[in-house]
Amino acid sequence: MNINLKIWRQASGKKEGKLHDYRLENVDPNISFLEMLDILNNKLTKEKKDPVAFDHDCREGICGSCGFMINGRPHGPQKATTVCQLHMRSFKDEDDILLEPFRAHSFGVIKDLSVDRQAFDRIISSAGYVSVDTGDTKEANQINVDKKNADEAFLSAACIGCGACVAACKNSSAMLFTSAKISHLALLPQGERERAERVNKMVATMDAEGFGSCTNTGACSAECPKEIGQINIARLNQEYISSTLSGFLKKKNDSL
Amino acid sequence: MKDFTLNSNAPKGDLHTKWEDYKKTLSGLSPEEANKYKIIIVGTGLAGASAAATLAEKGFNIHAFSYHESPRRAHSIAAQGGINAAKNYKKDGDSVMRLFYDTIKGGDFRSREDNVYRLAELSVNIIDQCVAQGVPFAREYGGLLDNRSFGGVQVSRTFYARGQTGQQLLLGAYSALSRQTNKGKVTFYPRHDMLDIVKIDGKAKGIVTRNLLSGKVEAHSADVVILATGGYSNVYYLSTNAMASNITANWRAHKKGALFANPSFTQIHPTCIPVKNEFQSKLTLMSESLRNDGRVWVPKKKNDQRKAIEIPEEERDYYLERIYPAFGNLVPRDVASRRAKEVCDNGQGVGNTGVAVYLDFKRAIEEKGEQYIKEKYGNLFDMYQNITDENPYKTPMKIYPAVHYTMGGLWVDYNLMTTIPGLFSIGESNFSDHGANRLGASALMQGLADGYFVAPHTVMNYLANEAPAESNSTDKKEFIAAVKETKEDIKKIMSVKGSMVVDEVHRELGKIVWDKVGMARNKEGLISAITNIPKIKKDFWNNVSIPGTDKDMNQELEKALRLKDFIELAELMAHDALDRNESCGAHFREEYQTKENEAERNDIEYKYVAAWEYNASGKPKLYKEDLKYKNVKLKTRSYK
Repeated sequence: MNINLKIWRQASGKKEGKLHDYRLENVDPNISFLEMLDILNNKLTKEKKDPVAFDHDCREGICGSCGFMINGRPHGPQKATTVCQLHMRSFKDEDDILLEPFRAHSFGVIKDLSVDRQAFDRIISSAGYVSVDTGDTKEANQINVDKKNADEAFLSAACIGCGACVAACKNSSAMLFTSAKISHLALLPQGERERAERVNKMVATMDAEGFGSCTNTGACSAECPKEIGQINIARLNQEYISSTLSGFLKKKNDSL
Repeated sequence: MKDFTLNSNAPKGDLHTKWEDYKKTLSGLSPEEANKYKIIIVGTGLAGASAAATLAEKGFNIHAFSYHESPRRAHSIAAQGGINAAKNYKKDGDSVMRLFYDTIKGGDFRSREDNVYRLAELSVNIIDQCVAQGVPFAREYGGLLDNRSFGGVQVSRTFYARGQTGQQLLLGAYSALSRQTNKGKVTFYPRHDMLDIVKIDGKAKGIVTRNLLSGKVEAHSADVVILATGGYSNVYYLSTNAMASNITANWRAHKKGALFANPSFTQIHPTCIPVKNEFQSKLTLMSESLRNDGRVWVPKKKNDQRKAIEIPEEERDYYLERIYPAFGNLVPRDVASRRAKEVCDNGQGVGNTGVAVYLDFKRAIEEKGEQYIKEKYGNLFDMYQNITDENPYKTPMKIYPAVHYTMGGLWVDYNLMTTIPGLFSIGESNFSDHGANRLGASALMQGLADGYFVAPHTVMNYLANEAPAESNSTDKKEFIAAVKETKEDIKKIMSVKGSMVVDEVHRELGKIVWDKVGMARNKEGLISAITNIPKIKKDFWNNVSIPGTDKDMNQELEKALRLKDFIELAELMAHDALDRNESCGAHFREEYQTKENEAERNDIEYKYVAAWEYNASGKPKLYKEDLKYKNVKLKTRSYK
């Protein structure tokens, strides 16, 4: 098959970018999307031109490194699939394919299709953990967890932190990402003690990083390669309200 | 370097109490004292992140480096199956002693008893730690932790989180690390490649890195350096490792004096999706569990072009069932892999490349129903179909072995310290626990045991006997020289301006290493590898082409800097495989096999760890650490 690529080229976050056209002929439909980009890059390198920068690593859909917009959708057209697991057979001969980086105020462009997603790390390091030192633990089976909660916690914890949710959202909100971590820990007894503090700090960091507000359109969840559900956002809101309320009551009690 | 005897530095005494007794003799530091020290950790996967978090908790100041944008991207994340621990929750007779024995035997008696016992002992603490952090392991309906059996052992000791155990464990370690980042005890350097190690008065005191965004080459000093940089499967070009996994940090340490142990011990996993064409960038593993219901076969006739369904029963060779009537399709990884290569070499391979065998579920579907297969392996079948565009319910899967783990690594003593004082190596990056073959679900166990429970004690002991550096010492001549050397290397690569892209050279290297130092090796092939690898090196330095500049993000340059070290490592692997005139575990030398084509170990002459010293003239020097078995009896493995 032959394809016509339109790729966003931007030398760095400080420089202006623009779309460039590339044509690839005789593309084997069985290669992966990233292997197609490898071919393009080898071709550009041979022509002494700058290859297209993009993030990728495991190419198994789990590390969360890859991700950019393909024809306006994060990770492209296939449901529940990261770019690295997408194959050229998802496209037709002579298709026009538009590649752009994830666009969000909080994800600066590094180069071409590569963006800076470290704001996610800062949200996690603000409170996305259970405060337990190494060795300061009890026998694992002394912590009993209801299977249903354990399974739900796992589904939330399966987030790969790729940023597709932010890129899909018209407000560039990071609610799905943040709520997945909050849900994971709120569903488990281990997360109980720091529950209120966690949601407050993580939401505050999310806001400080410049992510937008959530208006519940569900685009994030629809485009999530790991199908992280919107129920996580509902849980975050519940956690937030109850922590605010309990904080308010505590303050009131203290002042009495 | 002067001659010396390799000493594991394992304490004397009873195997069962050795580690606990030893810990009591180690020196400690209070958090206030620890605060005066700076530790560099390179790599933030399971081993690196867990060590960083734990040492930070003890008060040390951690500077953690990764070429990823975030610790959560490390390749530990891709481990599927699970993590072993001798909890004996299933009351099936498991014990620390049993896990210890299984691991020693699985490694075909080429690992160190003391280290392996400690690993088995610490396995139980790892589960406690991970559960406390909120790792969502699979649970039974009663709310207790679930276990499953794995890889040929006879007990259920594998803890798991669906097929994403590595992900959940790494996110646990990453959360512990993030907590320390928040406290200011860990400084994380994202997108930094370590390009050299710096020694002052013979001790490791820092590293040289390249900032992958700005291209800036910088020196960083510390009181101790820990390498947690993973394995080197990508020396084969195609492997199941992530694209950026590399040997550079370890190789630079090796060139500065750290011995490299058992480099030729590389594990090949039998059930991977085969190479489809020349553009293939990496390989994908399909869980070993598929062999419970799948039957492996090839056509009896050579170069048979018919489709699988057109080949009648009597013209198929179910070779594993034929050769191993007792274990059949469930022989261990190394045996299954080797036999697949044998039939393909014989012209019986299938698919358009002829380098694949069938894994057929027809009988299981007929006997147990499609629904049963779907429930058990549904996600794997989907993944297979997504990648190959073939429906494995209708037509047999095509599989072929692929490299996915390296047992070899930097030589370390019982303290996990390399032969360079002050340089430690943890996780897959060292050689210590798996001998000549690793058992399933043991890699995660080792990474976390080293990071959470071993290195924090031994590194603290080392530092307690070492005065903290007074200030940043990167203005010392050793640092200045190392930075200069690194910059010159980069300049040299940038200035080649040849006609080959990095991947082309890497593919050439991979072909030699796979053919000659892969699943089956022989003297002639290894000698030819030693002759031909220097030609690849020449190709690299004369023909490689790097576009753009070294002053910003340049992914081709990153690849080139890694490839140049892979090339040198490949040669050492061939030397190591050539030295070992025996077959053991994953190392199969065709000259040393029984009449039934089974591995023939030679315990009299080769019961040692081969630790190599770098030599610029190309002739590495071998040091041997004799392995002593006081608690297990050496045996021959048999699966007939």
